[in-house]
Amino acid sequence: MNGAIEPMVGRYIHVDIGGEMHRIYFEENGTGIPLVCLHTAGSDGRQWRHLLADEEFAKSFRIIAFDMPWHGKSNPPANWDGSEYQLTTARYTETIRAFCRTLKLDKPVVMGCSIGGRIVLNLAIDHADEFRGLIGLEAADFQAPWYDTAWLNRPDVHGGEVCAALVSGLIAPQSPAAARTETLWAYKQGGPGVFKGDLYFYRVDGDLRGRVGKIDTKVCKLFLLTGEYDFSCTPEDTKRTAAAIGGASVTIMEQLGHFPMSENPEQFRRYISSVLGEILEQST
Amino acid sequence: MSSASNVTDAAIATAFAAIPALLDRTPALVARGRFLDCECLVGPIDHPFHTTIRAGRIVDLTPALVLMRSWRFSYRASPSAWAEYWRATPRPGFHDLLALTKRGDATLEGDLHPFMTHLQYFKDVLALPRHHFAGAGT
Repeated sequence: MNGAIEPMVGRYIHVDIGGEMHRIYFEENGTGIPLVCLHTAGSDGRQWRHLLADEEFAKSFRIIAFDMPWHGKSNPPANWDGSEYQLTTARYTETIRAFCRTLKLDKPVVMGCSIGGRIVLNLAIDHADEFRGLIGLEAADFQAPWYDTAWLNRPDVHGGEVCAALVSGLIAPQSPAAARTETLWAYKQGGPGVFKGDLYFYRVDGDLRGRVGKIDTKVCKLFLLTGEYDFSCTPEDTKRTAAAIGGASVTIMEQLGHFPMSENPEQFRRYISSVLGEILEQST
Repeated sequence: MSSASNVTDAAIATAFAAIPALLDRTPALVARGRFLDCECLVGPIDHPFHTTIRAGRIVDLTPALVLMRSWRFSYRASPSAWAEYWRATPRPGFHDLLALTKRGDATLEGDLHPFMTHLQYFKDVLALPRHHFAGAGT
């Protein structure tokens, strides 16, 4: 509608991450339980714009999506010397905890997708008592690689085109064309080597096999939701992960792929609504 | 709905033979391949096609193997995998060229540079029979 202004507001916050100051961009909307949303590798917080604008959820949740450093409107830190960006488990965990701490969020819910889903598992392993609930979308303790990440950042291949083309197959065929295009657009806009650097966490440093059994869902509820068309983190990967965790909730989402919140927001809402409802019920 | 497992090699070959004309009728896709000149081998595993691409158009599609003809990369899948890929709404795991390689129903070999520089182009070119394949179910 011409002239419509969406309800989310974007601001920058300066966050000390591992002794380095970072200028982090975040958007938020709503009041109530803090709900921090983590984007996928190589993308940014725009993936959450439909959730951020959801009037119903915003009545009970303070919905927050931030861009990881190097992503979206969060620049690399000022002292970056141009060396290869590599996201590690420790760095990713510290980034999320520092962001929540700096914003003074009281036991937030964290919902992450893909690498965000993987790190949610690490939060559940090591820091469960800091969170009210954890939601992993397209999350597993490990998944088999299906391409060589060296293709993502080399001077003779267009990084934006190849990143988007690789992940395009992870979107369900039922997803609306405009949402598919928008999801891929973020991949075409990523900085050189950033998607590849994120996947260092995913492929090399963040193998959680053998560790997820330590998750105590009595300390913090854990919800895992995976799209049936995600062949990167398959439903079987998520089910296998959940089988090692007592009390984890598992949902396989129909007609969705690896980017549920952005590739088909309406379909995703059908699934996430009950999860947020359960968290809300337990918090009141 | 036809069963993808019963699809004949002839039906797959016919679908492949139609791709150059379908591509010619999709100028936006040709434009995306405007910098691509390439010889590749694509099709069913046992009966692929030597495919010659010039400026994004397929100018020759010849059943393999032609004696001593070179190709830079090959993408070959089982006939049933092609039939699944060409369903109007493919099933999970059959909806992407790299989903097929991950599940072991397709192989990708050779010098992958032209394939990777034009990955979305190849995904879309090889999906062109999707709405024309007689054996494709919904």
